[in-house]
Amino acid sequence: MATTETTASGIGPVEGGSVYNVDNPAPLIEAPRKRTKKTPRTTRGNFEMAAWLFMRLSGVLLVVLVITHLLIQLVLDGGVSKIGFAFVAGRWASPFWQVWDLLMLWLAMLHGANGLRTVINDYAERANTRLWLKGLLYTATVFTILLGTLVIFTFDPNIR
Amino acid sequence: MATPVLDKVEAEAAASPYITVTFRVRRFNPEVSGEATWEDFQLEIDPKERVLDGLHKIKWDVDGTLTFRRSCAHGICGSDAMRINGKNRLACKTLIKDINPEKPITVEPIKGLTVLKDLVVDMEPFFQAYRDVMPFLITKETNEPTRERLQSAEDRERFDDTTKCILCAACTSSCPVFWNDGQYFGPAAIVNAHRFIFDSRDEAGEQRLEILNDRDGVWRCRTTFNCTDACPRGIEVTKAIQEVKRALITRRF
Ligand code: HEM
Repeated sequence: MATTETTASGIGPVEGGSVYNVDNPAPLIEAPRKRTKKTPRTTRGNFEMAAWLFMRLSGVLLVVLVITHLLIQLVLDGGVSKIGFAFVAGRWASPFWQVWDLLMLWLAMLHGANGLRTVINDYAERANTRLWLKGLLYTATVFTILLGTLVIFTFDPNIR
Repeated sequence: MATPVLDKVEAEAAASPYITVTFRVRRFNPEVSGEATWEDFQLEIDPKERVLDGLHKIKWDVDGTLTFRRSCAHGICGSDAMRINGKNRLACKTLIKDINPEKPITVEPIKGLTVLKDLVVDMEPFFQAYRDVMPFLITKETNEPTRERLQSAEDRERFDDTTKCILCAACTSSCPVFWNDGQYFGPAAIVNAHRFIFDSRDEAGEQRLEILNDRDGVWRCRTTFNCTDACPRGIEVTKAIQEVKRALITRRF
């Protein structure tokens, strides 16, 4: 007598038959251990994903912005010796370079600040140390971004 | 015909293959001292033997209090991951001749997990992260294993690399982000989530992705490749983590 029959789809019956049935249920397999109250709550927001993407997208833009910036400032047309009040005033007379510098300021500052935030998360172990380092970082970042933005928009070439 | 073979064996035995090797082992016994210390052991051993054989020699012939985990001793059970000469490896897959036996061979417990005694660490946080990614098949319509769940060879190939994990924790305990506060899920948990996320038969990929989207999920990975270097099974761990990141981004947009 054949021990296994084949069905149309080529699937044989489960060999051996089950020991368990409705009246004799299989032992319950415990669910994976729940995290305890002490483990931090999961944050369902996607801030970390947004931050991760921002690092890569701003990085790509910064390659163009920063390299061009360095070329103009330090290499082309006489190099660094040409830079003076008049040179800066001349460039900021054009809205194009104003937008360029504004974009570079914001992207580099946010990119650098977020990069340092991850460095703090990776290296500072005590909650208090983290808090203070991040407080310092965010203060410095906001201050620099605001000051830089203010200067770009209110720059007056006729100042004396 | 047998004679020349025997001759060869005898000739090799005459020139003793044994060399003297120093094992510098990180010892810790909380019942004696809160401080871990280095202890040196001189062994006469064939360099073609493994670090695990050296540890056995110490435990069996020199100092029975030396404590370490090992089970199968053949690179499959994942019990004997340790830091050998500063690098995470399986003691049972590391030949002494391959790690410069002229200098002392340092053997330490893996980092980032609490040391219980000598080379034994508390693996619970590691397995907690593993359980958190639900490392088992989840299907919507039925969980009853009444028939085989078919899959094409290509679909099987998609996650083949991550099926090789033996949960030895060499990767997770080589990760500097895990060393910090131990909250990061770690490469091993992500590898085992990857194994189901990319399995065409599994239907809880979304849930697993959501779990790894956590503050301490894949986004804490800094792509240092320590995990890939450490894996004794040759799994491309960093690549698997990147694939999970990509899945998280592309399912939204
Ligand atoms: C030139 C173009 C740039 C590119 C392509 C770029 C790219 C990146 C990327 C992709 C990361 C993320 C690394 C990771 O998550 O593992 C990163 C991190 C970082 N970036 Fe940039 N970046 C650039 C310019 C800058 C600038 C101008 C600053 C400073 C204002 C900066 C400061 C940082 C810092 C502090 C980090 C964190 C370091 C780390 O995570 O290890 N970057 N960068």
